[in-house]
Amino acid sequence: MFDDIDDLYQQVILDHNKSPRNFRVIEDADYVAKGHNPLCGDEVEVYLKMDGDRIEDLSFQGSGCAISKASASLMTTLVKGKSVEEAKQLFAEFREMATTGNIPDGGLGKLEALAGVYQFPARVKCAVLAWHAMAERLNGSEESISTES
Amino acid sequence: MEDTAVLSEIESGQERIDLIRKDFPILDQSVRGHTLAYLDNAATTQKPRVVIEAIKRYYEKDNSNVHRGIHELSNRATAAYENARVRAASFINAGSSKEIIFTRGTTEGINLVASSWGRKNLKSGDVILLSEMEHHSNMVPWQLLAEATGADICYIPVTGREGLLDLSGLDDLLSERVRILSLIHISNSLGTINPVTEICRKAKEKGIVTLVDAAQTVGHQPLDVQEIQCDFLAFSGHKMCGPTGIGVLYGREQLLEAMPPYQGGGEMISNVEYHQSRWNEIPHKFEAGTPNMAGAVGLYTAMDYLDKLGRDWIDEADRELADYAVNRLKELPELEILGPPTGRAGIVSFLIKNVHAHDIVTLTDRCGIALRGGHHCNQPLMRKLGVESTARASFSFYNTTQEIDRLVEALKEIQKFFNQ
Repeated sequence: MFDDIDDLYQQVILDHNKSPRNFRVIEDADYVAKGHNPLCGDEVEVYLKMDGDRIEDLSFQGSGCAISKASASLMTTLVKGKSVEEAKQLFAEFREMATTGNIPDGGLGKLEALAGVYQFPARVKCAVLAWHAMAERLNGSEESISTES
Repeated sequence: MEDTAVLSEIESGQERIDLIRKDFPILDQSVRGHTLAYLDNAATTQKPRVVIEAIKRYYEKDNSNVHRGIHELSNRATAAYENARVRAASFINAGSSKEIIFTRGTTEGINLVASSWGRKNLKSGDVILLSEMEHHSNMVPWQLLAEATGADICYIPVTGREGLLDLSGLDDLLSERVRILSLIHISNSLGTINPVTEICRKAKEKGIVTLVDAAQTVGHQPLDVQEIQCDFLAFSGHKMCGPTGIGVLYGREQLLEAMPPYQGGGEMISNVEYHQSRWNEIPHKFEAGTPNMAGAVGLYTAMDYLDKLGRDWIDEADRELADYAVNRLKELPELEILGPPTGRAGIVSFLIKNVHAHDIVTLTDRCGIALRGGHHCNQPLMRKLGVESTARASFSFYNTTQEIDRLVEALKEIQKFFNQ
């Protein structure tokens, strides 16, 4: 019945939804970033362990739909080891893709599984929730991030 | 009403539904390649052609501003608007049309009471009594009032996921400090039908003012404010086959007379000077500015339409659909239904293990089935029940058991899809 929905629920998404990576608490995290989607009540916490300017480790906890969970899981695997600037750059490119469908010239690897999200306006917020929380925290904000803000 | 199916002559239930569905132009369309199954009626109901036509006719023939107009069109518009008020009074069996205030909807009705009655009558230490299953619209206005007056808010608890009010401590909750009790009649997320008549009578015995949120009742069941004996009752037109942007606040005449205006402007005054004004009589005192005349005309027609079908029949049809849905949904493993096991209104919220409500709703939409997923403006209740969000199917008399069958088949596929 759902053979034609690969544009949203790709196999990568289903896999990360079922077995989210880095789905844990980092006890000695330097930052804990909180995100909240008032549309559905979903909440996510992103834990960041820094080594100077580099993100040594990151993880997430929380509840969410397949899109938000898979996106957060993919984020943790891709951002780990990156510098703050690199992480912010990746978020900018990911957000561009999630809202417009445009993939940057260099490609976005596994994140491209979320390229179809832009066709589902109600679900874009799910895809960027954890990213948004992480980016705001890296920018120095200590506020909990709401997708409605 | 000549456009409406002549229902009394129809014997077969199926034929009757088929004819009724023809009254609703919007139902006759494909969504994502499937016939639309609109199961989001608790959010808003669809509009029969007679309502759409009545609004069109008003704008094409009668539109003008109401009251104080001398010319013919203004007379017609005023008559149409005031006739709708009389019709609304009879629809809920109010004692007088003076007790009918037109609002934008349930939310504005509750805000009007909280703002006007509340600020005049509440002081620090008083208690506003609500229930834990209130919609945000019957919670946040009281929070604003509590903040402004120093009053406290207390809650009648909900028992758990079966979604009933725990009334065992009601006598204690209705303490001397309670000034107002505001209660939802039918829960928009659980489908629970609360015994508002019994509760309002107990409150009344103790001199407590009562408000009933009838947003989910008005399009589905007969409603009688004199039977309930509430002081206020609020509802929206758009949840009863009427247009958006029009609703009704019923208020007992004696209370309305004593209340200050809600908003200032034209219509609500009898005399204005540079430094002071005198208020118009009720209900106009509470209707500042040009009202929603076309909305009132549409609402009038919607009330006629529902009464022509028969509100007892509608009530029965909704409950049958809900029972059918509950029984069929029970076939699915790892699906949990929230709300009372029996006696629910046409609202069924459910959870599927390991599948988030938004994913359910996105995928049912692929099958042309409109559901709602989320917290349903019940965030505190969802937290209390330990639920992040639910998927919700909500029915109206134009829905069919075949649509529910389609929903069940889609949900089975969704489970398969996420467990692959």
